[in-house]
Amino acid sequence: MSRLNEHPVIKKAISLILTYVIVQLLISTNIISAYLQVTLATICINIILAVSLNLITGITGQFSLGHAGFMSIGAYLCAMIVLRMPTIPGFLLGVFAGAITAALVGCVVGLPTLRLRGDYLAIATLGMAEIIRVIFLNLEITNGAAGLSGIPKFVNWFWLFVFTAGTVIVISNFINSSHGRACISVREDEIAADAMGINTTKYKVMAFTFGAFCAGIAGALYASSFYFIEPSLFGFMKSIDVLVIVVLGGLGSISGSVLAAVLLAVISTLLQSFPEIRMVLYALLLIIIMLFRPQGLMGSKEITFNVFGKLGDMFASRKRRV
Amino acid sequence: MERLLQQLINGISLGSIYALIALGYTMVYGIIKLINFAHCDVYMIGAYVGYFCMSYFRLGLLPSLLIAMVVCMLLGVAIEKIAYKPLRNAARITVLITAIGVSLFLEYGTMFFVKAETRTYPPLTGLLARTFKSGSLVVSMQQIVIVGITVILMVLLQFIVKKTKIGKAMRAVSLDQDAAELMGISVDTTISCTFAIGSALAGAAGVLVGIYYNSINPLMGMTPGIKAFIAAVFGGIGLIPGAMIGGYFIGMVEVFVSGYGNSMFRDAVLYAILILILIVKPAGLLGKNVREKV
Repeated sequence: MSRLNEHPVIKKAISLILTYVIVQLLISTNIISAYLQVTLATICINIILAVSLNLITGITGQFSLGHAGFMSIGAYLCAMIVLRMPTIPGFLLGVFAGAITAALVGCVVGLPTLRLRGDYLAIATLGMAEIIRVIFLNLEITNGAAGLSGIPKFVNWFWLFVFTAGTVIVISNFINSSHGRACISVREDEIAADAMGINTTKYKVMAFTFGAFCAGIAGALYASSFYFIEPSLFGFMKSIDVLVIVVLGGLGSISGSVLAAVLLAVISTLLQSFPEIRMVLYALLLIIIMLFRPQGLMGSKEITFNVFGKLGDMFASRKRRV
Repeated sequence: MERLLQQLINGISLGSIYALIALGYTMVYGIIKLINFAHCDVYMIGAYVGYFCMSYFRLGLLPSLLIAMVVCMLLGVAIEKIAYKPLRNAARITVLITAIGVSLFLEYGTMFFVKAETRTYPPLTGLLARTFKSGSLVVSMQQIVIVGITVILMVLLQFIVKKTKIGKAMRAVSLDQDAAELMGISVDTTISCTFAIGSALAGAAGVLVGIYYNSINPLMGMTPGIKAFIAAVFGGIGLIPGAMIGGYFIGMVEVFVSGYGNSMFRDAVLYAILILILIVKPAGLLGKNVREKV
């Protein structure tokens, strides 16, 4: 093998392109049917939501229950823009307008509330999300409780892939940057981080704003892939759903969040055939996983390309022994 | 003036129910630092037990109330033993997710058995169905019963917490779990007792809400659950008087915003007040700001 192949960036790029091409092939050959494509969209949106909440809760240690609020901002803005401008540039404009507005709201809300700690912060962010929901419920332009329908669908596997992979790459690079390290130090010990000269407020607000930005993207994708949005979709339970994915995957583990998002969507699709006891089984599964694996599926570890390398080494050494 | 008085009466009766639920939240939080999401579903189960007692077994209000409280007490202890006790030393967020799991399990389990439809509580009869009027002021016997039962339960709770041995143990464990254990207090028993008392109060609130609003459904616990938790945070979480004040305050705000403003914005006003209070006084109304030690 040439040296070039071993460079991590190239490895990542190759695997990403492979993922894209394989799924695209499966869609073209109709192995991933229209029904499964809905699951695919859900998975991608949940990955963006979970990874961005992981940045706030898992990496920076700020317990937020308001993610659905930011998501709804992205969804509504994108829906309103796309309804007036049903073209691809309109869709892209909607996604970025939604994401930037969500980030602005996140910054404005974050500055005062991030002084709070633990459960108090959770409740303040929950309150913020509910206020956003009530505002959408009462505005004329968002059509109140009836919601917006007939949103043109622009989201296909290409856009899903671009935004999902983009979010995951940017966030994982952020975590490995000096800013990301500062965020981790805030999680580990805020006072110590402060004493080491880290501006804790700045990093908390930064993570919160960035998380809100990504949640806005997820909301915009949601609006443009499911035709219809209403305020009750973005209630308290939506924030909880995202938190469940993050904790299930392991706090602070990006690959864990991705894994948990895929796993939960698959479980949910499989359970569709038992509508009566679907949620009961889901709840039981949740309790059992938490009781037997309290640190989440991945703990705080990541799946890296080294895993494949190690597997390869193991395989090779076994061969040699034989 | 009469309108104001009327709103005040409505606010007090609604606030009583919130206060009863908030007490359970605050007691559990005070002792194991857990937002017990399943608490609002214990309240829902209480409402259903009361419903079955009153409509199928034709029991009176008081026996139904007592049965609902006992069932919820057992349920609360069972939840603690099965779902929370094995996670005593795990990260708090893990226990929180487990609590959400228990909450979903109770909601959809109940839905599976009693179906999702809304059920109406049997109408009260005789003395309990009477209303008193003075001018345009209307006070129903239900409201008096709700406030009366709430006050009795609160006095009883204060007595248990302040005067009995188990109450002393509860206060000790919530102050310092390790030190309490060293003093020979059984932490497990004390935590179970806290769940028992909190859940019994939630059961009572469930029956009272049933006779107040007349309709119950398996998902009825969600919204009042969040509001009651906000009440607990508002008053300073972990503090019993805080939960009472918070409950009445939330009830009042809700009734007054609906009465004088736009009822659509009721919840938004509630949350805005909550956020403001948290920013000004981060530990809640009665909470003391504890300086963090390194």
